[in-house]
Amino acid sequence: MKAAAFEHVRAEDAAQACALLAASDGGAKVCAGSQSLGPMLNLRLVQVERLVDLGRIPALRAHALRGDVLHIGAAVTHARIEDGQLPDVTLGLLPSVAAHIAYRAVRNRGTLGGSLAHADPAADWVSVMRLLDAAIVIVGPDGERTTPASAFFVGPFTTALAPDEVIVGVDVPVFSSQARWAYRKLCRKPGEFADAIGAAWVDPARGVARALMGALSSAPITVDGAEALSALRRDGPAMERLLDRAGLDDPDEREVHAEILRRALCDLDTPRVATEVSR
Amino acid sequence: MRTITLQVNGQVMAAPAEDRTHLADHLREHLGLTATHIGCEHGVCGACTVELEGAPVRSCITLATACEGLSVRTLEGLADDPLTAQLREAFSAEHALQCGYCTPGMLMTARDIVQRLPLADEARVRHELAGNLCRCTGYRGIVRAILRVLDVRRGAQVPEGPHAA
Repeated sequence: MKAAAFEHVRAEDAAQACALLAASDGGAKVCAGSQSLGPMLNLRLVQVERLVDLGRIPALRAHALRGDVLHIGAAVTHARIEDGQLPDVTLGLLPSVAAHIAYRAVRNRGTLGGSLAHADPAADWVSVMRLLDAAIVIVGPDGERTTPASAFFVGPFTTALAPDEVIVGVDVPVFSSQARWAYRKLCRKPGEFADAIGAAWVDPARGVARALMGALSSAPITVDGAEALSALRRDGPAMERLLDRAGLDDPDEREVHAEILRRALCDLDTPRVATEVSR
Repeated sequence: MRTITLQVNGQVMAAPAEDRTHLADHLREHLGLTATHIGCEHGVCGACTVELEGAPVRSCITLATACEGLSVRTLEGLADDPLTAQLREAFSAEHALQCGYCTPGMLMTARDIVQRLPLADEARVRHELAGNLCRCTGYRGIVRAILRVLDVRRGAQVPEGPHAA
């Protein structure tokens, strides 16, 4: 099937993109790599009057180390992160996750900002940025603001972005050398969206211990605190309560999500820092 | 409608298209380059894979107008490429195609694997091929063909040239 007709406009900068969105009165969507929007337009799951293309704005393709955060431009592609073209401030987490998103041909076009704005609950960046509670940098008609990921993902395919706002980048926290991470994703074959995501991040220097359950029908859910993480690893009510919070009723889904998170928590123990994304 | 100007297979090609036209349709319908095939039209089958600015992309979910001014390479543009010649020979020898529908996309992806992952083993090759579906062969011949070319390139002293990795 072919997409219904629309107008494609290339924005010169974020401010112009916002102006175009505002002028389109709800009839426009933003695109960068169009790897999520493209299929939806072709299948007519989405129809728009106008596409505002941010993919070639130089500032959005850049990155910068700013003190204890790495700012990643919204139009940086998964492939560039996979290939280690950005400084590795997460002890391998970001490149490792990037390498397992979809397929290389998709990673060459798909962008970090696009993934976050689309907010598919099964998307890897949605879970990773929620795990890190990274700051999402947004530009609107009134200028720039930041929102932590914990407040940004409101629900499935729903974010805190206003209709005339665009994501311009993400500020990822720089891990200390004491940090450990784990990321497990379950899917039947490489490249598919996850059926379950379990992840964890512990950084004593930042006072962080967090576990995350993702690929739910809602935004990812998290648990904070070293004791809470220990409780999850023990067979007991803690995991059951988390599954209830996740809104999972089906016993098979509960078992799968619990197992993936348990494996991720066990991965924290391994002496090597890097963890394979499981399939 | 607007005129879209692309660098296709080393030549400047300008042709009109609607904004909604994806790159695959523009290449096939407006530029007559039909080696690029369309399968699923939502990015998962890999039949539409072409090179954009030197990297493989899905032409079915990439808008033609979004590629304004950029360089595109299709299978037609690899007619004189030594690596593609090696792959074509290996695909033929290893029975890596039957109907040929997936083959252009397979060759594009195979080229990327061989250049980007010169040390890839069978497991890695199969992993990297996950985004290219074949209904005929069961993949064994395709995997053997790619491994064959990887082996040759690891063993032989391949001279650096304009098309080499």
